[in-house]
Amino acid sequence: MAPVLDPMVGRYVRLDIDGTPHRIYFEEAGQGIPLVCLHTAGADNRQFRHLLADPEITRRYRVLAFDMPWHGKSTPPDGWEKTEYRLTTASYTAAIRAFCQALELDRPVVMGCSIGGRIVLNLAIAHAAEFRALVALEAADFQQPWYDTAWLHRPDVHGGEVCAALISGLIAPQSPPVSRHETLWMYMQGGPGIFKGDLYFYRVDGDLREKVKTIDTKVCPLFLLTGEYDFSCTAEDTLRTAAQIPGARVQVMKELGHFPMSENPAKFREYILPVLEKIASTKG
Amino acid sequence: MTPADRFAKLPALLADDADLLRRGRWLTVECRIDIGAEPFHLTLEDGVLASLERGPRLMRSTAFTVRGTEEAWRCHWKEMPEPGWHDLFALTKRGAASLEGDLRPLLQNLQYFKDLLALPRRLPEAS
Repeated sequence: MAPVLDPMVGRYVRLDIDGTPHRIYFEEAGQGIPLVCLHTAGADNRQFRHLLADPEITRRYRVLAFDMPWHGKSTPPDGWEKTEYRLTTASYTAAIRAFCQALELDRPVVMGCSIGGRIVLNLAIAHAAEFRALVALEAADFQQPWYDTAWLHRPDVHGGEVCAALISGLIAPQSPPVSRHETLWMYMQGGPGIFKGDLYFYRVDGDLREKVKTIDTKVCPLFLLTGEYDFSCTAEDTLRTAAQIPGARVQVMKELGHFPMSENPAKFREYILPVLEKIASTKG
Repeated sequence: MTPADRFAKLPALLADDADLLRRGRWLTVECRIDIGAEPFHLTLEDGVLASLERGPRLMRSTAFTVRGTEEAWRCHWKEMPEPGWHDLFALTKRGAASLEGDLRPLLQNLQYFKDLLALPRRLPEAS
């Protein structure tokens, strides 16, 4: 019997980010318009496995999902053991641009979720001309914190389990249990302090209030989609952000939470396919 | 049935959940859960509810307290809760619940407690 293989292929790419050599893991599938997917804080590219395996998407898009430095199968930089990981707006932006340049992607579409959605807004602010379109999932210019990140990395609390337990409530109750628990499993596997380090960008360094007003959607179209059960980045947060950006297209997704692509792939598909159709049919 | 009446059925609900009992097997703690104005004192031993005492207890010490308004618990325990009421931290973020005391045992066993406090969702809403 022939082996049953998923269509995506995984590889490592060598690149420099701000002068530091990195070995970055990514998976890709399909051909056509490059679509770079950015996972949420403390997770990895597996969140996008259903998009990578969706022929309706991969027949027109070359979908690429990479593990951010320090995440998933990307090797942490030499000397990692002597540093405390902290993501910043600058380092995150540099990593995305380095990946796109290393893979020689021509004006890719970038779609990011949560911190990936926030950084997509920064790409729209600072580098819009480099991208064909930008898709921000569960994104806003700012969100009110709802817990103390100090609990995420300390010796008397299991980091993986507390990270997963905290974010479990951001998944919509309608999402299938199998997908819910696969999403949580990824959170249980993050390196120590990595989720916390990502949230430094989210909470301290990445405040985009006022800055989003400068986004010009005529240079690069911007789509914002947020699940109604996301109480971290609420629908109101996203709608408030979109209202400041002329031309931004915004949609609240019913029966979805903070991890639409992994918590309920079938439901997310209903929302993302029309967006990708719109992008593909617009002259880039 | 009031939210407090529903929560009073916790012993039977937990005893009926072998998976939650398994996941709580490392947990021994005394804590307090307020359903509106009514306090409940829980004694958990190896994940099993050794006792659930309803009402005020003089000078009773607890590791931590979770307080929620009646509305918070009523909405939280709907069979399909509305957005913003579906998780313990959704409740605290909106100001309908609070966490006080030594939160370490709570955070060490967070999924257990979230699932424990959601158990009354399994009771018929109209009962």
